[in-house]
Amino acid sequence: MSDNRTGLQGPAPDERPHPDGRRNAQGIRIDPEAESEHEPRRAVFSAIVEDEPGVLSRVAGLAARRQFNIESLTVGPTTVEDHSRITMVVEEPEPGIDQIEKQLAKLKPVISVGELDDDAVRAELVLLKVRGEDPDKVHAITEMYDGRTLDAGPETITVQLSGDERKIDDAVDAFRRFGIIEIARTGQTALAHGSKKTVPGEEPGTSGEPTKPNTNTQ
Amino acid sequence: MSERTAATTDPDEPEAADDSTETPTEVTTGSTSVVRALENAGVETAFGVQGGAIMPIYDALYHSDIRHVTMAHEQGAAHAADAYGVVRGDPGVCLATSGPGATNLVTGIADANMDSDAVLALTGQVPSDMVGSDAFQETDTTGVTAPITKHNYFASSPDTVGDTVGEAFALAAEGRPGPTLVDLPKDVSLNETDREPGPAQPPETCRARTDPADSQVEAAARAIERAEKPLLLFGGGVVKADATEVARQFATEHRIPVVTTMPGIGAMPEDDELCLSWAGMHGTGYANMAITHTDCLIAVGTRFDDRLTGGIDTFAPEAEVVHIDIDPAEISKNVHADYPVVGDAGRAIERVDAELDEGPDAREWVEQCLTWKDEYPMDYAAPDNEPLKPQFVVEALDEATPDETIVTSGVGQHQMWAAQYWTFTEPRRWVSSHGLGTMGYGLPAAIGARVAADDDETVVCVDGDASFLMTIQELSVAVRENLDITVAILNNEYIGMVRQWQDAFFEGRRMAAGYEWCPQFDKLAEAFGARGWTVDSYEEVPDAIEEALAYDGPSVIDFHVDPAENVYPMVSSGGANGKFALSEDQL
Repeated sequence: MSDNRTGLQGPAPDERPHPDGRRNAQGIRIDPEAESEHEPRRAVFSAIVEDEPGVLSRVAGLAARRQFNIESLTVGPTTVEDHSRITMVVEEPEPGIDQIEKQLAKLKPVISVGELDDDAVRAELVLLKVRGEDPDKVHAITEMYDGRTLDAGPETITVQLSGDERKIDDAVDAFRRFGIIEIARTGQTALAHGSKKTVPGEEPGTSGEPTKPNTNTQ
Repeated sequence: MSERTAATTDPDEPEAADDSTETPTEVTTGSTSVVRALENAGVETAFGVQGGAIMPIYDALYHSDIRHVTMAHEQGAAHAADAYGVVRGDPGVCLATSGPGATNLVTGIADANMDSDAVLALTGQVPSDMVGSDAFQETDTTGVTAPITKHNYFASSPDTVGDTVGEAFALAAEGRPGPTLVDLPKDVSLNETDREPGPAQPPETCRARTDPADSQVEAAARAIERAEKPLLLFGGGVVKADATEVARQFATEHRIPVVTTMPGIGAMPEDDELCLSWAGMHGTGYANMAITHTDCLIAVGTRFDDRLTGGIDTFAPEAEVVHIDIDPAEISKNVHADYPVVGDAGRAIERVDAELDEGPDAREWVEQCLTWKDEYPMDYAAPDNEPLKPQFVVEALDEATPDETIVTSGVGQHQMWAAQYWTFTEPRRWVSSHGLGTMGYGLPAAIGARVAADDDETVVCVDGDASFLMTIQELSVAVRENLDITVAILNNEYIGMVRQWQDAFFEGRRMAAGYEWCPQFDKLAEAFGARGWTVDSYEEVPDAIEEALAYDGPSVIDFHVDPAENVYPMVSSGGANGKFALSEDQL
């Protein structure tokens, strides 16, 4: 088969013109004058979901397979039958945070999802079991953090504290001196500040009117 | 052949099935409700394999007008359903039993998921009260398939199972298409109900936005107007949205050059002056030059796969990106969209077109693109002293077949040559495994495509030796159904793409790459009851192709091609598209 075929032709890679521009790891065109990469930040998402079997595993599985870094995840019923609220705290760089919200919105059981503003009301609950050798001091610290003693004995004292993450962190530090035997933290749950709506979907009858961010993207 | 068919014909087959008048299935049980839901959704064909837990569904299909094509392996059923859907534009349907039946579907479902192909999978499951007991042939099918489906369902009641199947079917096609699955415990299928399923509708929480927002359309139009080097990038979404005509018109009217992705092949006729064919790792040099130098990339229905973009840092590095997509989650996932437009591809293009005050003035840019076409022509050397070149076989097949021939492929070198050297002019004619890269896709896909296509259409499967071997058992299905399919194996006795990479990146250590142990495919084809040919030289090519195409049934041509031939151009993994290598020494 002798042909006039010559094979691939053309200037070699180094002989071709190539533009100077480039993109960062998030696919954003970099302005060479002001190069910027996004730092990870924390975001709190609230989602109203259909309370069907496996919904938590779908949300957790999505985060795991797309390598979203979940700091905490809480779930509980709402005032609407068959609707639950999931609160998820994640830490990601900017486009990743958008991506989490959009991927969550695609899940069929997710009725609505949104990121909470910085002024959102947040709280978590912690149970701390410490050594019971010094009950008076344990009690004083518990009072200081508006906590409650749930269980006290000669060996151990278990207290309950709640509040925002920083308060809990401080309290845990304060209790370290007694020797923390066990700790259980729920992770953050949150609602939007004031009359602002956290995400739509909690009122009865709203299940038929999804308001996911399908409609506007950015 | 005919004796075997006779021997396997069910003597109890009701004759009414042939000249039926589309009587809908009467709902008496969960399984009849499932079949009725499929009928309501307009399903004409399903591909599958029998098994214990799915038997009630098959029993309900016995009296249905739905054609069932029994496949040799469930993976084949999923691929056939996938390809059927690609060619037809409706979701394909596949069935499998619980446990191994379901897990065998997994590759095909994952394939459909990566390529956004609408497929409904129905799987049998052990009875509800045995779920969780590690019963015989039990697998957590919804658990296994959750990451690779748009959504999956575990049917809980015979009363609602029909609605669930209808919803799953509709969801597969809604918005960005993809696979869905309904797991059917045997008791749900067997138990009685007289509740007829309602019309197939996608769930409320998954309705896609089709009409884009005004603000997005306006911003995109302004960006296109001021572009000096605009480039359209048509992805598979253009084909899936049936937006080809609108997309072509937009390109032609405004004289904007077009590159496609691999799934987007056929969105623009490849013989059109403005079409630069497909970009990416093994795309044309001119497509990769254009995508590197454009200042405004108008991407439609693409997810910016890494095989397209190469290294993100050097992808379209000076372009403002207009990204039209129906899936908001694709916007700025891999490449930042300066101007996102969320909506149906056709509708979005129409809206942007209507919003343009004047098209971009890109005459110089078009000239530049045409220059690149001349500068980097797609060609291969074919010296006398070297064996038959695979690219020649692809060209010969393209020439010998009608314009709108459907081409399926496996995955690897042969797939790249088929995509490079076949000139596609219409959508839904190139049926391949892109995102998942599933070797063995070609033959079952050809079966699905053949069943979907009109009788007068031609279906060719360009396959590799290693790919063909992975799903070769489906040849028995093509024989049994007497499907007119021509399989062209570009046999280089290697898992060729691996061999190419070993030579380029692993100093030629060809570990586990040699396939010289492959069987004689022509004889194997004959043993299956198909026709077979072996071709070793250029001289034999035309006759073998002619005879194989003329044969009304499955035929296999084993082309012994040059084992040393490599696929070029090539953008190395993570490299810059504009730095594509023309040969190994340029990598």
